[in-house]
Amino acid sequence: MFIQVDGRKAYAYTGGKTFDASLPCVVFVHGAQHDHSVWILQSRYLAHHGYAVLAVDLPGHGRSEGPALSSVEAMADWTIALIRAAGCGQAAIIGHSMGSLIALEAAGRHPEHVSRIALVGAAFPMKVSDSLLEATRSDEPRAMEMINLWTHSAITHRPGNPGPGFSVFIENLRLMQRQAPGVLHTDFKACNDYQAGSERATQVRCPALFVLGERDQMTPPRAARSLIEAIADNRVVTIPRCGHALMAERPDAVLDALKPFLISTHRQQSTA
Amino acid sequence: MSQSDYHGFDTLALHAGASPDSDFGARATPIYLSTAFVFRDSDQAAGLFNMEQSGHVYSRISNPTVAVLEERIAALERGVGAIATASGQAALHLAIATLAGAGSHIVASRALYGGSHNLLDYTLRRFGIETTFVAPRDLQAWRDALRPNTRLLFGETVGNPGLDVLDIPSVAEIAHGHKVPLLVDSTFTTPYLIRPFDHGADLVYHSATKFLCGHGTVVGGLLVDSGRFDWFASGKFPELTEPYHGFHGMVFAEESTVAPFLLRARREGLRDFGACMSPMNAFQILQGVETLSLRMDRHVSNTMKIVEFLAAHPMVTRIAHPSLESHPDHALARRLLPRGAGAVFSFDLKGDRAAGRRFVESLQVFSHLANVGDAKSLVIHPASTTHFRMDDAALAAAGIGQGTLRLSVGLEDPDDLIADMKRAFRAAEKG
Repeated sequence: MFIQVDGRKAYAYTGGKTFDASLPCVVFVHGAQHDHSVWILQSRYLAHHGYAVLAVDLPGHGRSEGPALSSVEAMADWTIALIRAAGCGQAAIIGHSMGSLIALEAAGRHPEHVSRIALVGAAFPMKVSDSLLEATRSDEPRAMEMINLWTHSAITHRPGNPGPGFSVFIENLRLMQRQAPGVLHTDFKACNDYQAGSERATQVRCPALFVLGERDQMTPPRAARSLIEAIADNRVVTIPRCGHALMAERPDAVLDALKPFLISTHRQQSTA
Repeated sequence: MSQSDYHGFDTLALHAGASPDSDFGARATPIYLSTAFVFRDSDQAAGLFNMEQSGHVYSRISNPTVAVLEERIAALERGVGAIATASGQAALHLAIATLAGAGSHIVASRALYGGSHNLLDYTLRRFGIETTFVAPRDLQAWRDALRPNTRLLFGETVGNPGLDVLDIPSVAEIAHGHKVPLLVDSTFTTPYLIRPFDHGADLVYHSATKFLCGHGTVVGGLLVDSGRFDWFASGKFPELTEPYHGFHGMVFAEESTVAPFLLRARREGLRDFGACMSPMNAFQILQGVETLSLRMDRHVSNTMKIVEFLAAHPMVTRIAHPSLESHPDHALARRLLPRGAGAVFSFDLKGDRAAGRRFVESLQVFSHLANVGDAKSLVIHPASTTHFRMDDAALAAAGIGQGTLRLSVGLEDPDDLIADMKRAFRAAEKG
């Protein structure tokens, strides 16, 4: 559905169901140079199991009006504005890669609007090498090919995503190629520049789930350690034989990690 | 292989889509000859049916062995995915039926496989889908044929039978200017000789029966999507951008930004038309794909020797192969097909139809049959077989004469193939 956020048209996939703000809300936030479709299986599942789902296209990505926001802080504020615009008091925020930093920042600064966070493929700091950051600015096609290579733990992930017969590897490349020029550098620079992660982690009061890929070269599991240690109520699921494209490489494993986390959230909310 | 490819062509041809069997460690891809697959629990069953989870339900829609082939071809073509079909014709029909319906219009190259011509010119007209055929080299003809209801442009990488090389970049530009995709039949060239997506095509299909399988054993097709065409931006394909009531109001382009075409083709086309590939056939084609580059190099080198032999033979009045400077697409072929323009071509024999018959019947190594792309060398007389439904005028327009012979050069010792043809020429000449 389309929704006005901060005066601009934003798109959020609602999982194939009409959005109902009276249900517990889950917001999915994609990573750099991506859109909502990276969450398609997990978001569709939750939408059909009692949740109000908003899998967003961040500003300037997918079908959401631009420009792309230039900092994790601004993206977190936008996400909170979206939750409010959708009529949800609180939401669980599930973020991948850059989206995990957005979820962290939102939970740290806006605890009243965030019930749970799931950080998928997370790291802090999320530093980008000088050469790659420069490539995102000066040679987008080459940068995207490099990123795609490092994103996956293997060329093949069966049974494919969103279904059998699809190439996870080429789908990711094409999705990155689909974004507007300039977005890639804006996103990667936002990740690289983000400095508040440690402080925000100490401010997080809600439960946090970390879902990490054992073979993730972009955000290796050890790079999430400081965040995990700083968040009091944490749990960690490390998915074996999985790279940075967790939702595409191991969609069921990611869903299996999210389900008990969100269901326990829902029950606690219900009994509170 | 570019620096950023995960693996090179040959590694992908052997490994993409597959991983060693997790149950028993079988190194070859197992043949999952099972109609249906047991659900883990009711929740997963519902999730699979509602596209909330990835997996196999029923082999008409997907099958683990077939999926290996689909993902392998997707990797070789650098597409976002593929759908294996019962035949190449089923792949063409699936592509068209996913994007077009009654009232739609297609612009197609006139230089097509006879079966494709039949589908477009006769069968689909009965279902309200019209096709305008154009000379593939006439770019203005492609432009002039466009109509508001045109939904697809279609041609062969190397067209039957004159080996017209499709100017994919130019025809793709015309298609995209009209906000419709370009579909290319790459059967004769395979992803080893050309990757049409690198030149602007949006959809590719193969008759996998031919060089991909490579041994003349099974029939199959593969339809591949580049993932580049922006269906929302086009605005001409409500099949992908508006709710589909045949699948719970799903908007395919919302489910997948880059692969809605394949989602609909599988969830509607395979489900309803049912022209799926058998896992046995997928296994056979996988065996062929493993050696694709080795075979194609040999097909091409053998072809070069035979083309050279025929071009100098006094009994040959015309030979059409883009490797010859006399071919109108020689320069284009050097640009688009630097590894070679394939192993299927035609030539005209001096003399009457009887001479042609004596030639074909005197061959001992070449087999007279209706196929191409076998490891064994093949020959056929198009006017009496593959294109027999065309009248003389249509034949002439397609570049086929009464004495035209089509060869598919195999992997035999090239000297033996040339000796075989010398013998046939002598028989044809004697009368």
